[in-house]
Amino acid sequence: MHKPSFTGGDAMSLPSSTTRGTITRATLTKDLRLEWRSKDALNSMLFFSLLVVVIFSFSFDPLAEESRRIAGGLVWVAILFAAVVALNQTWARELRNQVLDAYRVSPAPPNALFMAKALGNFFLVSLLEALMTPLFIIFYNLRALGPAWQLIPIGLLGTWALVVNGTFFAAISLRTRSRELMLPLLLFPISIPAVLGMVAGTTAILTGENSAHFWIVLLLTYDVVFTTACLALFEKVLEAE
Amino acid sequence: MKRLFPILAVLTALMLVYAVYQALVVAPTERTMGDVQRIFYYHVPSAWTAFLLFLVNLVASVVYLVKRNPKVDALAMVSAEVGVVFCTVVLVTGPIWARPVWGIWWTWDVRLTSTLVLWLIYVSYLLLRRFSDSAQAPALAAVLAIFGALDIPLVYFSIWFFRTQHPQPVIGGGGSIDPRMWRVLLINWMAFLCFALLMCWSRYRLETMRREVEEAQALESLLGDDRGSSAEIRNPKVALNRSGP
Amino acid sequence: MTDASPIITATNVIKQFGRFAALRGVTIEFGAGKFHAILGDNGAGKTTLLRIIAGLARPTGGHVSILGMSPRDACREIGYMAHPSLLYDEMSGMENLRYFARLYGIDDDKHGDRAIRMVALDPTLSRPVGQYSQGMRQRMSLARAILHDPKILLLDEPFSNVDAQSAREMVTLLTRMRDAGKTILLVTHQASLLEGAASKFVWMRAGQVVECTNRLSPGGTR
Repeated sequence: MHKPSFTGGDAMSLPSSTTRGTITRATLTKDLRLEWRSKDALNSMLFFSLLVVVIFSFSFDPLAEESRRIAGGLVWVAILFAAVVALNQTWARELRNQVLDAYRVSPAPPNALFMAKALGNFFLVSLLEALMTPLFIIFYNLRALGPAWQLIPIGLLGTWALVVNGTFFAAISLRTRSRELMLPLLLFPISIPAVLGMVAGTTAILTGENSAHFWIVLLLTYDVVFTTACLALFEKVLEAE
Repeated sequence: MKRLFPILAVLTALMLVYAVYQALVVAPTERTMGDVQRIFYYHVPSAWTAFLLFLVNLVASVVYLVKRNPKVDALAMVSAEVGVVFCTVVLVTGPIWARPVWGIWWTWDVRLTSTLVLWLIYVSYLLLRRFSDSAQAPALAAVLAIFGALDIPLVYFSIWFFRTQHPQPVIGGGGSIDPRMWRVLLINWMAFLCFALLMCWSRYRLETMRREVEEAQALESLLGDDRGSSAEIRNPKVALNRSGP
Repeated sequence: MTDASPIITATNVIKQFGRFAALRGVTIEFGAGKFHAILGDNGAGKTTLLRIIAGLARPTGGHVSILGMSPRDACREIGYMAHPSLLYDEMSGMENLRYFARLYGIDDDKHGDRAIRMVALDPTLSRPVGQYSQGMRQRMSLARAILHDPKILLLDEPFSNVDAQSAREMVTLLTRMRDAGKTILLVTHQASLLEGAASKFVWMRAGQVVECTNRLSPGGTR
């Protein structure tokens, strides 16, 4: 990374690692603050998540004996659809007034911006899950026969898997026609191993029939691989004109 | 170079005919499955060809991101398109084979499911190329190809494990192959490779021509208001005077 | 046309967007501390050239050098302003500048405060930028561009949809910045606004530079 020459200008020689963290934090706090100020989008997303849960519960009989087997799949598919709604608005504020140009023209590293957006989405989708999961537990009378605490790493790793690639593909979709359709078109195929991991892991714990260890390791591997890929390649996406 | 094309076309046609003869007549009939098994000689070589083409696409995508050479991008696009065609053949012949032999259309076995996911990824790749502007599509698609390549091993591995926990019939089976069948298989693969090469080459030429026409049109639209530049229109390459960075 | 100390140099810059060739070999130098106007009709390639200089676009051929570096490497010395405001409508002016300052590694409010005052706006104004008038929004956008005290200012059509009075005030502001040592490149199709302010006029047409003048002749040459 070149250090350009310049006249005067204080506070410009911060080491790049501090700057990256500062920028990520500043962007994240800005986004969360703005999200909080206009709660409209958030409220609609929460309501959409609720609707998804209700519709799924109508479609797949929750009282059947087999419900414990399918509940894992249902919960995660419902979360996937709700997440797409959240992911599609990732860059909405930046699109207005071409704010991304201001970011691109600055010395700020692109993947600091990416990290902030991904973390913001992680909070947002976790919030949606916090609404949907209790409802599913209630509607399906769910009780884990296996070690329930393992649902936590599955939840965290699975959510990150969806969010990290979702944020990335949302940025790719910015450059396309049919932007909001493009995101799921790109996200779903690539997410298949992660979705399998989430569903199989959750089902394993709910039914208590198998160990979820493999799935947790798979999700961890998936997250590491794709977080690295996203951080490495985001700059190329941001700079595609 | 251009003269080789018709030669390749004729060679491919001959090889395909020979391959069909080998597959349908010469190859021995399989003991348990009967003649239906002959679809194997289409299913497997198509898969190998598709995988090879997608590998070419991956390499071209990475090279493009580094060098930004438009010809490399054309190669990436072409190999993806032809690859999807062969991948479709795999996915269609699989169920056709499975139904009479195993009684089911589909099984979520490792190979077939991984091929399906590969197909999905590359269809989304083609859609991305179609839906983005021609200026940005190459870089974005190249990035997607890399993501796809990272994904496939994870797909395979995850489904493999899932299948060990929940076993189901495997289409195509395992076991050793009679050396005579192996020979027919390889002949068919050679024929398919020639065919793939022919299609890629033809599509590549088409794409390069299309881009040249675009450049010439662009130049013409700008030079249209200028006086006295008809010489430049006749030879667009000279006028554009590419001096790359 | 050569200046004594060129700070921005474009050499045979070519830019092609698929079917459309926006720049067909532009070679030009811009001197330090001068106010340059880039003029021409729509489609002449002015915006494309400016974006390449700003580092927002990559040339298909040719090469741009700023202070001896590529545009991306020289980004700390570049301030960019365009017709969209490049600001968050939902935040106040100071909040916007505080955030963008972070992108330049600036932790304090001093820079933002000074920038807002320089464009004759009130730093304590808590109204979100989305509710500003067009003139105020342009000025806030300029404040964002000068926030990190860059040597070079690149402005793309800053006067569109702005009333004549605000436009004149902005030109005065820019001349003051030029006097303070900044190099200014301003793209516009309203040449008359810059009469007496800019010292070099670059005329573009169909992707090429057709003329460079020191004065704006009446009516402008085509």
